[in-house]
Amino acid sequence: MLKQIEGSKAVAEAVALCRPEVICAYPISPQTHIVEGLGKMVKGGELKPCEFINVESEFAAMSVAIGSSAAGARSYTATASQGLLFMAEAVYNASGLGLPIVMTVANRAIGAPINIWNDHSDSLSQRDCGWLQLFAENNQEAVDLHIQAFRLGEELSMPVMVCMDGFILTHAFERVDIPTQGQVDAYLPPFDPRQALDPAEPISIGAMVGPEAFMEVRYLAHAKQLQALEMIPELAMEFKGVFGRDSCGLVRTYCADDAETMVVAMGSVLGTIKDVVDEMRADGHKVGVLGITSYRPFPLEQVREALSNCKRYLVLEKSLAVGLGGILATDVRMAVSGVGLNGYTTVAGLGGRAIPKASLHKLFREVEKETLDKVGFLDLDWEAVNKQLERERRIRHSGPIAENILHDKGIASAAKFG
Amino acid sequence: MFQVRIHGRGGQGVVTAAEMLSVAAFGEGRHAQAFPSFGSERMGAPVVSFCRISDREIRLREPIMEPDALIIQDPTLLHQADVFAGFKQDGYLLINTTKTLSELGVDGLLESFIHDRICTVPATEIGIKHIGRPIPNVPLLGGFAAIAGVIRLASVIKAINGKFSGKIAEGNIAAATEAYQVVLAEKQAAGLKTETTREA
Repeated sequence: MLKQIEGSKAVAEAVALCRPEVICAYPISPQTHIVEGLGKMVKGGELKPCEFINVESEFAAMSVAIGSSAAGARSYTATASQGLLFMAEAVYNASGLGLPIVMTVANRAIGAPINIWNDHSDSLSQRDCGWLQLFAENNQEAVDLHIQAFRLGEELSMPVMVCMDGFILTHAFERVDIPTQGQVDAYLPPFDPRQALDPAEPISIGAMVGPEAFMEVRYLAHAKQLQALEMIPELAMEFKGVFGRDSCGLVRTYCADDAETMVVAMGSVLGTIKDVVDEMRADGHKVGVLGITSYRPFPLEQVREALSNCKRYLVLEKSLAVGLGGILATDVRMAVSGVGLNGYTTVAGLGGRAIPKASLHKLFREVEKETLDKVGFLDLDWEAVNKQLERERRIRHSGPIAENILHDKGIASAAKFG
Repeated sequence: MFQVRIHGRGGQGVVTAAEMLSVAAFGEGRHAQAFPSFGSERMGAPVVSFCRISDREIRLREPIMEPDALIIQDPTLLHQADVFAGFKQDGYLLINTTKTLSELGVDGLLESFIHDRICTVPATEIGIKHIGRPIPNVPLLGGFAAIAGVIRLASVIKAINGKFSGKIAEGNIAAATEAYQVVLAEKQAAGLKTETTREA
């Protein structure tokens, strides 16, 4: 049914339609509305049988999800930012144990400086944890990805993160087609775990594994991700059959066929990029878009194919590999290694910095002319940056950077050092 | 695409206003996207919310920087925040106030804009009268239906009924309707005045 609905509420409804049996979560912005919505549904009896477990931290949230999933219950949680970092040890355990937990990450920056706004630093920090990571472009896709995530995770017996841009999607009211229970039931069978703790037939899960077998267990985690590369497109096809929508898949292209310049990105910024591309196309610019839905597994082959006909590409990413440049860009570069393409990286939107169309118009034209730096930062205030660098050169006791920058930009009354 | 920016303060229902506006537009079969300015919300702090309305899917995720319409829920913001940033020359402006534009000190600033697209409405007073609380957001939506003709009052009423029930819904509907009538009358008067001036 078509609804004008907040992204978080839509995701809560989608998760409820997936019939989770255990939901455990600790509140953190911008994820909170999702589990609040689910909490209400459990309390009101709309979602049953399901136990909503209030926990004392994110570490506990993932630990409870591990326990309930190991007991054979379909388990769900959600988090963001510092919450994801706080549960990191358990996040690795969930995938190491092969437990198909689904977790929403309402993408948010990581401090310090503390910042509640959107970027992709949080889930990308867990890049190598063994979970699958799927990125939603809009709230319809966020809904659809959750339904596919339970199916995908349970078929592989691996956990899945559904990543959606915090605030930009979680707090946006837009049109979403919420499926019926019948549709979701037809697509997602009851959880049939590969392994389950049962007091009647005791087994152990979580053995210590020494050097003689650790490599093999780890390789099998990699093998599951390779299987997912095959399975994700199949499940997207099947999804289309039941729900009538193209959603998920590994990658999606837009205006790519004759594009000389390709822009690669993940998440909600793809919408803004597509609008800019439409406007530039109207002026004769051959620009196209590659949206990456599946960040883990990373679809090397599909990315390579999508970029094989262009002359140059730009990775626009809401993340920063400090000391290197781009995180996504590094993976894209691996996909096109040997192709002989000029690749550029622009870091944008960190900590919720708006990514306006006007800035993208300017940026994409620079990419066409190849007049930009290999690694750049969209709308960076160089004056503020240089002022601080100069301050540090001049004064030994130059003080805290964040406070200095806030002061220099006239944003807050902060202590000024020099 | 029609873009609305709403300025107010925490506690005035700024975010809810944008959401309800999007629901009203959705009820007319249109695409709409509402979102807040994503701050740490505090009572009394300046808050901005946004609503886009279009006949096509809305993909754009930038904040609204060139609004077609501004709704000012709290006139004390007129001189405290850059509420007019990017406001289009042919834009619509609705201010919650009992004062005139000159009493607010913005008449000079608004001289070059289209006069019958600039209206004031005592939305807080209308809110107190019908809802019993100084919440101006819903009456302003009624006023917005009159000023810009982008959504119908009936759609606002439908959105109110979707959000509230019973006496609260009734009060909000009465408030929105009164504000609609106030703004409509004001707009017509301003329109006549503009025509008279042109003729003269």
